Amino acid sequence: MISHDGIVTKRIVMLGGGTGGTLSANRLRRIYPREDIEIVVVDQNDDHVYQPGLLFVPFGLAHSEEIIRSRRHQLHKDIEFRQVSIERVDLDADIVHLGDGTELGYDVLVIATGSILVEDETEGLTGPGWMEKVFTFYDVAGAAALHDALEVFDGGRLVVNVVDMPIKCPVAPLEFCFLADWFFQQVGIRERVELTYVTPLDGAFTKPVASQRLAGLLEEKGVALVTEFNTGEVDGPGGRLVSYDQREVGFDLAVVVPLHGGASYVARSPGLGDELGFVSVDEHTLQSAAKPNVFAIGDAAGIPTSKAGSVTHFEGEVLVENIRRFLADEPLDGSYDGHANCFIETGFGKALLIDFNYDTEPLPGHFPASVGLPLLKESRLNHLGKLMFQSLYWHSLLPGRDLPGVGSAMPARGKDIEGAR
Amino acid sequence: MPIATYAGMAVTINDEGFFEDPGQWTEAMAPEIARAQGIDELTEPHWQVIKFMRTEFAEKGTGPTVRVLGKTSGVSVKELYQLFPKGPAKMAAKIAGIPKPRGCI
Ligand SMILES: Cc1cc2nc3c(=O)[nH]c(=O)nc-3n(C[C@H](O)[C@H](O)[C@H](O)COP(=O)(O)OP(=O)(O)OC[C@H]3O[C@@H](n4cnc5c(N)ncnc54)[C@H](O)[C@@H]3O)c2cc1C
Repeated sequence: MISHDGIVTKRIVMLGGGTGGTLSANRLRRIYPREDIEIVVVDQNDDHVYQPGLLFVPFGLAHSEEIIRSRRHQLHKDIEFRQVSIERVDLDADIVHLGDGTELGYDVLVIATGSILVEDETEGLTGPGWMEKVFTFYDVAGAAALHDALEVFDGGRLVVNVVDMPIKCPVAPLEFCFLADWFFQQVGIRERVELTYVTPLDGAFTKPVASQRLAGLLEEKGVALVTEFNTGEVDGPGGRLVSYDQREVGFDLAVVVPLHGGASYVARSPGLGDELGFVSVDEHTLQSAAKPNVFAIGDAAGIPTSKAGSVTHFEGEVLVENIRRFLADEPLDGSYDGHANCFIETGFGKALLIDFNYDTEPLPGHFPASVGLPLLKESRLNHLGKLMFQSLYWHSLLPGRDLPGVGSAMPARGKDIEGAR
Repeated sequence: MPIATYAGMAVTINDEGFFEDPGQWTEAMAPEIARAQGIDELTEPHWQVIKFMRTEFAEKGTGPTVRVLGKTSGVSVKELYQLFPKGPAKMAAKIAGIPKPRGCI
């Protein structure tokens, strides 16, 4: 569509330069020569945060500067990076309107703007007490402020609350509970701290076998579990979470995971997203329901799997293949199976691993085959796996390389399918 | 599968009491299902939500979550809890004869 000296080039525009935007732009750059396809990545800032690291910041196990790198530097040199906000997408005209008043046309558009925290949707959450006794660790400022608060916390009731699903990395708040138990033992005040996990779900987690196992771990670690609690109000000064059905949980320090939504420009782009601002795409091909030249990847996609970096990585392979097929007029590949793989840090140098997809819930066994990392079981090896993931993230995942031994589809071998029943 | 009788008709439900086949549902069944849930009388706003659940299910194949209901049904989340105290998404789905909303992972 763009003509330079008579040569016609096509343009792929990637909205969002986080996990999904970066890894798919780099993969696309590898399959298309520069002369054939122009690739443009748009993001509002140049700070790429390694978000799994946010879990460790409150406990002093990571510092915020260590988990942030330049976005631009994670992109292949032949990818254009535009640092500007996004106003809206005009699906009929194939144009993105940018915050600086300019327009950007595309042949293929990928929505990779992730999810945003919508604290304001919960009454009182950002009112008095916010960042004093009510915190979140889901962004850099919150995680750092919570670190300062934990340093001086000398006992009392600490509650961890998920307001509602969907959230990024649904296991992260559970990991926070496990690490808090470890942390307060290290500083010698565990017996003075009452830990409670408050969730809207009817168990510790969404999937039955894992839910049971994780509820067991909470109990072992002395963390109380409150279920089916739909937070309607956070009362900072009064130190209370109040549910819509008028139940209350008292706290001295609250760690809240706010409601999530899609990026706000999605709502300003008719036809693009659903009620929460997530983009409606086919769950197997990642193609938009509204326009065939639009795709979504990662947290921005409204599909029934976890919002996680591992999911984004597995989707990347299918997304890039489907963009290639779309541009070559071939039928799309419907092979994305909802595969997710999450390490769950449990404290004391151990972690648990879960692996699942649309059809198979997390089961015990080993990953990726019968000799491998233990599934749904605490082990030191899994903890090392979680630590290693940070380096793999910057050096393999973002550059768009395949991870050794780990393909996009969920491996069934190694899973104890009978034993779980 | 358990069988329940509403408005004189036998319908198939699952262990949690949700309809297996939304096609078996009729409006006449709703008051009876509601009473079993502790709602003595279905008022106009109850019906507004029940009809909305049916339409959403027909369009999308799953009932909406509470948060989506609050944004789209014209009834706020607070009022939804007043109408359906034991959890609006689940209770309204049951009364509207559609499967349990899938929710999020
Ligand atoms: C505390 C925490 C712990 C986590 N732990 C794990 C873990 O252990 N394992 C795991 O797999 N995943 C984990 N995740 C989830 C993982 O980080 C995300 O799922 C992943 O980063 C999603 O990638 P994405 O590309 O969809 O979104 P992101 O990487 O968030 O990128 C979205 C980008 O879009 C940009 N953007 C948004 N709106 C606009 C706009 N209007 N204009 C311009 N740019 C915009 C943003 O600046 C951002 O760069 C965790 C997340 C959190 C918060």
